This record gives sequence, structure tokens and C-alpha cells, in this order.
Amino acid sequence: MNNFQYARATDVADAIRLLAADPGAKLIAGGTNLIDLMKENVERPSRLIDISRLPLRKVEETADGSLRIGALVPNSDLAYHPLIEQRYPLLASAILAGASAQLRNMASVGGNLMQRTRCVYFYDTATPCNKRRPSSGCSAMDGLNRNHAILGTSAACIATNPSDMSVALAALGALVHIAGRSGERTIALTDFHRLPGDTPHVDTNLGTSEIITGIELPARGFAQNYSYLKIRDRMSYAFALVSVAAALELEGNAISGARMALGGVAHKPWRSLEAEAALRGQAATPDHFSRAADLLLQGATTRSHNGFKVELARRAIVRTLTQAANATPQSQAHKKIA
Amino acid sequence: MGDLTHQIPERIPIHLVVNGVSHTLDLVPWTTLLDALRDHLALSGTKKGCDHGQCGACTVLVDGRRVNSCLTLAVMNDGAEITTVEGLAKDGTLHPLQQAFIDHDAFQCGYCTPGQICSAAGLLVEGRARDADEIRELMSGNLCRCGAYPNILAAIQQAMGQP
Repeated sequence: MNNFQYARATDVADAIRLLAADPGAKLIAGGTNLIDLMKENVERPSRLIDISRLPLRKVEETADGSLRIGALVPNSDLAYHPLIEQRYPLLASAILAGASAQLRNMASVGGNLMQRTRCVYFYDTATPCNKRRPSSGCSAMDGLNRNHAILGTSAACIATNPSDMSVALAALGALVHIAGRSGERTIALTDFHRLPGDTPHVDTNLGTSEIITGIELPARGFAQNYSYLKIRDRMSYAFALVSVAAALELEGNAISGARMALGGVAHKPWRSLEAEAALRGQAATPDHFSRAADLLLQGATTRSHNGFKVELARRAIVRTLTQAANATPQSQAHKKIA
Repeated sequence: MGDLTHQIPERIPIHLVVNGVSHTLDLVPWTTLLDALRDHLALSGTKKGCDHGQCGACTVLVDGRRVNSCLTLAVMNDGAEITTVEGLAKDGTLHPLQQAFIDHDAFQCGYCTPGQICSAAGLLVEGRARDADEIRELMSGNLCRCGAYPNILAAIQQAMGQP
């Protein structure tokens, strides 16, 4: 780790002020990703601004039925919160599919949104990486790219966003609350993370000197028909090759509402409004799920090692939608895939 | 070499209660909690395995919650109560998990064992594991390269009072 200064923010305004005063400063909350990246010399902040003691740990119901979650709620506390278990079990399931119990105890909601790709070339400072060092080249493009993105890629970067939580948040239509020098703003989670384009070093639309204060879940929780299915190289404690968050609203066997988001396949949680629209009004059958999967995966491009992801994702989407329709969500402890 | 030209930050006074004993340390900010325990408090029971949060050997309890001590800075834990494997036995009697690990021969080389036991202690407090699959899943943050997993599972089940 490089030498750095340490400051403890006294409130959100103080954190913003400290950020604005030092362009090399970074916020730290749980630290599970940032400290790892600092040990690898990928991140070399001049100053860490410790926000872990700020009062952003509440989970509150609002008057319009949505749920406001403070940015510093630990991942484990959120997954096991009664309101999340009851109203948003898709989110609870996705969080529990990620990391380990220890890391979930440490990691914050805001930090989860800010975590960086686990692309091995991003971590390996001996190799070129456009995300780590702009315009240095992409080593994954013709390197070991089995884990890499198949959707929304660019000529500059094929890294994936590693979060499970964000995949469920994308499907649930979550909002991100942000504070900065010019006040507060709210953006959709699906607009928070960016596609790589020609600026893969910019992961999110969070501005410099801005801080995530919380997320908000709309009232519709899809608590009856949902599933989060994560496919990975080992059964636990591994990043997704492909993950699927599926949420349905059914009237009888007819689909009245559908949400799908994919993890492990793109630089951000991947949704397709066209694929979701194609399910509405249809019977909940494998044929229709298959058609939706094709739409969701439209435009997929592969490199030398990750071609398998297209078919894997297609089958995982159909399977997850079937689990959701049958109200038999994937267990994150009992690993047999129904 | 660039770092040498930077202003060296001052050491920061940090108060920790470790295994019931109060300590005040003056640490540079990049000292992890793991290094503070091992190198500054001579508590070498907590192990440095991968030092990247991938193996769980450094697991300790912070205010009763299990965490990877390699991925948190000591200064961030100022004022916290830390329990390491050295603090689990009480009045000369092993913690039920320590006794269970011996009863079930739940280790081979033993390097992962302090982290396994501290993690299992956190697991018991959390109360979320009800069967073998749930114990396996919620202990997946602790690797054992000797492969003692069946015996680790049996030891945790014994400590939970499961058959």
C-alpha cells in the first residue's frame, strides 16, 4: 500500500468538502474492495476519507410505499432485514449469492455500487489496461477472456461489473441518491453504471466530489415470483460467469409484469426493456421465456474464450424465469438448481 | 520512489479493546487491523493467509461480527472491541468450538484454524445456519487447503448442538 493521509468525515457535507479539496482522495466505507486494490497498487489514493461513521445506516419506509436504504447499511444487514426479506426477497437472495459472510458484514451498500471489475488485467499492473491506465491498451481482448463481457462491450474494454446486488437492484428499478457540492440528485441505478465506450476508466456517473447517500426501492417488490440464479466456477464465494435476476407479476398463467437483469456479462447490470415488454401479456411458458432470452442477449459479441456465455446465459434466463413463474426461487444455500 | 517525496503522515493514536484488554497504539494509517494485531500487539494467532480477503485465515470478531482483518484499517476500528482466537477460551476452559475442533480433528496443518473458529463463532451469533448446507454456505469465506471441511462441518454442528 502507498502512504496516504487519513481523515474521518464528520458529516456528509464534510465528506464532500474533503473530497473537493484533494483530487487524489477516495472515500472508504467497508474497504473490502478499495484496500485490496491499494495492496495491488491499482488504487493509490493520496488521502482516505473515512465515511464509515456517518449516519447513513437506516432502512426506512416512505409515505409512497418505497423503501429508503442508507448507503452505509452493511450488505449482510440489508439481506437479513425483515423488510427486505418480506418485500424484496430478490434483493436479499442476490446479496447472499455474493462474497462471503465476513465480506458481507463489512461491505456497505454504497461501496457495493462502487466496487470495480475483477478483470485480472485490471489488477495486474504489469499489463496494459485501458481502465487502469487510459489508452494503454486492453490485455483481455486477446488474452484470457473467459470471464469477460459479451454485451455492451467496446474496442477499449470487455470488463464486467462484478456485483450481484446491483443486478437485483437493476431489476427492481432502484434509484440512487447522491449528494454533492451543488446539492442532492437522484438517478436510476441503471443509469449509475456506465458502458465502457472509449472511457472505460470511468465506471459510474458519480461526479467528482459526489457521495452516494442511499438507494431507494420502488413499492413494487415482485415478492411472489422472483429468482436469482448465479452460475460460477465453484458453488460459493466466486464471481458470476452469468447471473440472472428475474421478477414476474402473474395473473393466472399470464405475465402482467416482467423484469430481468443479467450479471457477469457486461460493464453494468444488463436489462432490455424490449425483452421485458415481449413477455407482458404472454403465457409463462418456456417458449416465451426463450424468446425473451434471445431478445435480452441480442447483440452479444464474444472473444476467444467467452463464447460459451451466450448459450449459458440463454439457458440460465429460461431457467430463472421458470423458477420465478413457479414461485420456486433458487436457494443460495441448497445449491441444486430446480 | 515517488512515495519517498510525500509528506509522511503522522501516526494516529488508536484505542482498541482486544480480548477484553485496552490498548492504545500509535499507528500509521495504512496499518491493517491484521497487522496491528500481529505486529503491534504480538497476537499471532490471527493468520495472514492471502492478505486479500480470499481465504478467511485473518477472520476476527469486531464488536461481535466476523470480518476479514486484512481488509480493514486499524484506524477505522478505533474504539472497537476485537476478539481473536486468543480471546475465545475463558478461565482456562476452551470455547465449545475449540473443543469441537479437537474432538473432530477438524484440521491438518492448522493454519486456517484460528480463522475457521472465529468465523464459526460469528456464524453461531448470527443464527442463520440451520442445516449442513447452510453451514457450508455461510462458512465459504474460510478456505482449508488441507481439505478438512467434513470435520470442520462436524465440529461446528457439535458446537451448535446438532447431531
